[in-house]
Amino acid sequence: MRIQVLGTGCAKCKQLMANAEQAVRKMGLDVQVEKVSEIAEIMKFGVMMTPAIAIDGEVKSAGKVLSPQEIMGLVSP
Amino acid sequence: MCRPWLVSGSARQQPAPLIRSLCESMIKRFADWLVFEKLGLVPETHWGRAVDFFVYDIIKILLLLAVIVYVVAVIRSYFPPERARKILGGKREFAGNILASLLGIVTPFCSCSACPLFIGFVESGIPLGVSMSFLVSSPTVNEVAMVMLWGLFGWRIAVLYVVTGVAIAILAGWILGRLHLENQIEEYVLKLRVGDLPKVKPPAWSERHRDAVDYTKGILRRVGPFVVLGIAIGAVVHGYVPTSLVVRAAGPGNPFAVPIAVLIGLPLYSNAAGTIPIVQALIEKGLPLGTALALMMSIVAISIPEMIILRRVVKWRLLYIFAGIVAVAIVLIGYLFNAVLS
Repeated sequence: MRIQVLGTGCAKCKQLMANAEQAVRKMGLDVQVEKVSEIAEIMKFGVMMTPAIAIDGEVKSAGKVLSPQEIMGLVSP
Repeated sequence: MCRPWLVSGSARQQPAPLIRSLCESMIKRFADWLVFEKLGLVPETHWGRAVDFFVYDIIKILLLLAVIVYVVAVIRSYFPPERARKILGGKREFAGNILASLLGIVTPFCSCSACPLFIGFVESGIPLGVSMSFLVSSPTVNEVAMVMLWGLFGWRIAVLYVVTGVAIAILAGWILGRLHLENQIEEYVLKLRVGDLPKVKPPAWSERHRDAVDYTKGILRRVGPFVVLGIAIGAVVHGYVPTSLVVRAAGPGNPFAVPIAVLIGLPLYSNAAGTIPIVQALIEKGLPLGTALALMMSIVAISIPEMIILRRVVKWRLLYIFAGIVAVAIVLIGYLFNAVLS
């Protein structure tokens, strides 16, 4: 599984990153949360509002800082 | 008999619709109870009446803020940037500028999204000037500032603020468009292929409501202190800063007050709500309303952190020219208002 957090580096993006890492830890997954901050890369996802989170290449949420619980919900539907 | 120190005292003489006066009298009764019975202050003293009014105004503004921020947040949930992008897609210059400025108000926007958003617009074929109109109106026309202006100075000033913000956004974007600075966009942006966002389901009503509530709580937490601070500063300034100082330096006698105010505001940045306490205090001390609004807008409309972020997608020259146009527009508006409102 691949979890990517898209963001250019403002406080919200860092928060989403931290929440994603916390979710991964809580679920005991062996997954590295990747930060995508290159604009060109972010645009490939078709995202216009950061921060955003993508799981296995698919954008699951954009423009919001999800809580660790919400992220856990996305990972295991 | 002492009169309440806030400028809005005069705005209270407007006839108010029934619901509004009902709410206001309920809040007033609560404030009276809190100040005179719980705290034991005497209604006939200057201090007693001042604190009573202080409590009343704070409660009123915070409630107004909560309601309006919530409503705007819900409206915003219907206008994701993708929608703005679609609406602005085929439009030509001037109509596009107007639409973009209006959409900037209802589309949620945070500085860090400036780049993806801008790129998304450019890639859709939206003219550069139209995108810039959007980027001006978004931070400038802010619902929190509007509420605070409404509460402190009356609805006319609040409406004026919104109208001018939109006007400046339209004007600045349109002029920039005429300058044909497309060559200032970084080349890689033009070559980018923006991916297609998979069809995300529009949120259910309960999700919109929950998000709006979270957002409102966040705003109240962040802005609440400023509201209290603003009203408190108004009181302190009223008591201690000599009126003559501000009036002499920046009042009607000084024709350069407006450009100076704008120049001071340019390098500064604060969210709209943060400027209100300062602006209110200065107005209390005699700063003309046009000059004050100009100061406020120049602080809010041009933000150095945002410029630095945008530098990734456009060159400095465009940013300078853009800042210059917006600054001049704000100066003109400042003069206009001073002339019209005096």
